[in-house]
Amino acid sequence: MRGLLLALAAGVVLAGCKRHDRFADARHVTQAEDPRDQAPRVQPGPAPPEPEAFRARALPVRNPYEGDAKAIQEGRRLYRWMNCNGCHAEGGGSIGPPLWDDQWRYGGRGIDIAESILHGRPDGMPRFAGHLPEDQVWKIVAYVQSLEPRGGPYHAGVK
Amino acid sequence: MTRAARVGALAAALALAAGACKERVPREDPKYPRDLLRDAAVPLQPPDAALPPEPGRARPAAAAFRAQDGQWVMPLGDYAGTRYSGLDQITTANVGELKLAWHYDLKLARGQEATPLVVDGTMYVVTSFPNLLYAFDLARPGPAVKWVYDPEPARASQGVACCDHVNRGAAYAGGRLFYATLDNVAVAVDAQSGRELWRTRLGDIHRGETMTMAPLVVRGRVFFGNSGGEFGVRGWVKALDTATGAVAWTAYATGPDAEVLIGPGFRPFYAKDRGRDLGVATWPAGHWKIGGGTMWGWLNYDPELDLLYYGTANAAPWNPEQRPGDNKWTATLFARRPDTGEAVWAYQWDPHNVFDWDGVNESTLLDMPVDGEMRRVLVRAERNGFVYVIDRATGEVLSATPYVHSTVVKGVDTRSGHPILDLDKKPGYGRTVHGICPAVPGAKDWEPTAFSPRTGLLYIPANNLCMDVEGMEANYIAGTPYMGASVKMYPGPGKHRGEVIGWDPVNRRKVWTIKEKFVTWSGPLATGGDLVFYGTMDRWLKAVDARTGRLLWQYRTATGIIAPPISYRGPDGKQYVAVLSGPGGWAGAVVSVPLDPRDQTAGKGFANAMADLPEYTGRGGHLYVFALP
Repeated sequence: MRGLLLALAAGVVLAGCKRHDRFADARHVTQAEDPRDQAPRVQPGPAPPEPEAFRARALPVRNPYEGDAKAIQEGRRLYRWMNCNGCHAEGGGSIGPPLWDDQWRYGGRGIDIAESILHGRPDGMPRFAGHLPEDQVWKIVAYVQSLEPRGGPYHAGVK
Repeated sequence: MTRAARVGALAAALALAAGACKERVPREDPKYPRDLLRDAAVPLQPPDAALPPEPGRARPAAAAFRAQDGQWVMPLGDYAGTRYSGLDQITTANVGELKLAWHYDLKLARGQEATPLVVDGTMYVVTSFPNLLYAFDLARPGPAVKWVYDPEPARASQGVACCDHVNRGAAYAGGRLFYATLDNVAVAVDAQSGRELWRTRLGDIHRGETMTMAPLVVRGRVFFGNSGGEFGVRGWVKALDTATGAVAWTAYATGPDAEVLIGPGFRPFYAKDRGRDLGVATWPAGHWKIGGGTMWGWLNYDPELDLLYYGTANAAPWNPEQRPGDNKWTATLFARRPDTGEAVWAYQWDPHNVFDWDGVNESTLLDMPVDGEMRRVLVRAERNGFVYVIDRATGEVLSATPYVHSTVVKGVDTRSGHPILDLDKKPGYGRTVHGICPAVPGAKDWEPTAFSPRTGLLYIPANNLCMDVEGMEANYIAGTPYMGASVKMYPGPGKHRGEVIGWDPVNRRKVWTIKEKFVTWSGPLATGGDLVFYGTMDRWLKAVDARTGRLLWQYRTATGIIAPPISYRGPDGKQYVAVLSGPGGWAGAVVSVPLDPRDQTAGKGFANAMADLPEYTGRGGHLYVFALP
């Protein structure tokens, strides 16, 4: 977190420099062509439009599947299928932060985690709204909430 | 948060920076006349004439070599990729007296992989995200910040960067600096003023693309490539006009010949690389569109043959059973015309890419005897653990010699160009394969080698890691990881995780080797004082004897080093050595993110092999500069 603040501070510092140093009219943007891609995409970071299903009513604060073993198992399958493990591994983190500890950037309540999955977060958590029905989101939330640190370095002699 | 809110919340930080913002007076240093530097991409002097001609020894390709005797104008040092400085004030006899000259705290937590540049009495440093570009005035007592440029990359790009938020540096030519931001924008910045001259968006984070590589300039073109092989992106290299930023050509790694820029002039050496539209035909239907083959590594150039060289990265997804076929042109070395992008030859060294080894490592362009005859070659310490010697005019493999332990590559058939693999260890659906060495990062990752024309040795920063791979079906959702494999890495035989090797490319053998506790993620520097400098992740910058590998000096930095050092002559005439510290990248994500290594698959399996790194280094980026007293 401290690192994030420092990075932000650096950003501010430079925004300050720019006012004196840069010429806005020197910047022009050339949009390079990209091949079309028909596959589904998710949006890194938050984006304003919400899908109809979730705009209609507020999310329940409490996860209906919290502690439900069958739902957690289903959540584990969905966690892999939606590539959550590609970024958060099995809970210890990779591109994104670990999920099995008690540190949460955006809150660790079920509704906070659901919010992260549905609408994304500014540092690149994609938004999955529109890719998953609501009950599947809650199953993933139940699985994430069930994660606990476990295991240990594999293969003796790492040290 | 809006920028206004950020400014309000952190006004104190802004005040601190005020000093740095003011220092922007353009300087003319008589030691570095500007007209000589109009196009640093043209070698300034012939190859080191003082070198004794020694038959039987490798020499850098003459037209591509430039002994850096005062500056450091491109990350690899020169087009040949030697990372050699001819400076010889610091020698094996006096290196023990080397002292810290100055230091600068970058105040960033993520990994620093960039090579600084030194041109015209100024040092240029590109940081990890948010990809700031610093200019330090070397004529004043350091650190003297001349200006800082902020390209303002999108925050969300951090979420699609596979392996920390690194950047490998800038290219310089004609008074301009060129580099890539994490969110796929190529920028050109005026070297004197720090003013942005143009910017061109080249890729899309919503498809999982990012950019981390250092570009290369040849004759008014600057070349960039993308990252994102873990997201199923389609790899490319683009040539931009250095004056305007307009895209002159795009060469995709997959797809029809017309988009790979394969035409009538294409002459691959091996039959396996010949045929029509192989970038489509060697994939399951349509898979080439999400098949990888990115280019996040290095480019080299031979002015004599007028050939641009680079290699492409892994095929996507990692699970090879999901993409039957050779998967062209992933894990392929290309030779192209820089003006048009037209492919002249290609060699796919790892068809089907079974173990996810990327092919983006640097080449070193050498002239050396092979079977008694002088040949124009390029030498590559490839990820499969073999040093390839390849005829750089034709793409013929002249030899391939193992430099690390491998359990899966038995050899390379130089007649067919095929690697000979143990396919019992091929990962796939629903099974776990144990004991694959080298692991996914390969026997050597992106960190570049160095070559000294004085010793004739190639200095290889190697990894000693093995892995277990569990295969599964990967589900393609654009903008999310597309891997289909769960990996656990661990130290290879001997338990050391890194090695620095003095390699004789002519006689194809190790002359010396140094075992390191952690993987060596810092590319060595070779100097005219017969020294080799490199950094370690447990916070040492080391100087060793280039002929014997004997440790002669070391300095304990504040944080671990994953960046290549450089050497330059300051405006005061003294030789300096500079390096960035700041652990991270794929290897150091356990510290920089940080990750929890109790999860053996954290960081795509790398955290497990680096579980004890947090005991040796914390986070934080720093610039260190050393000199003799």
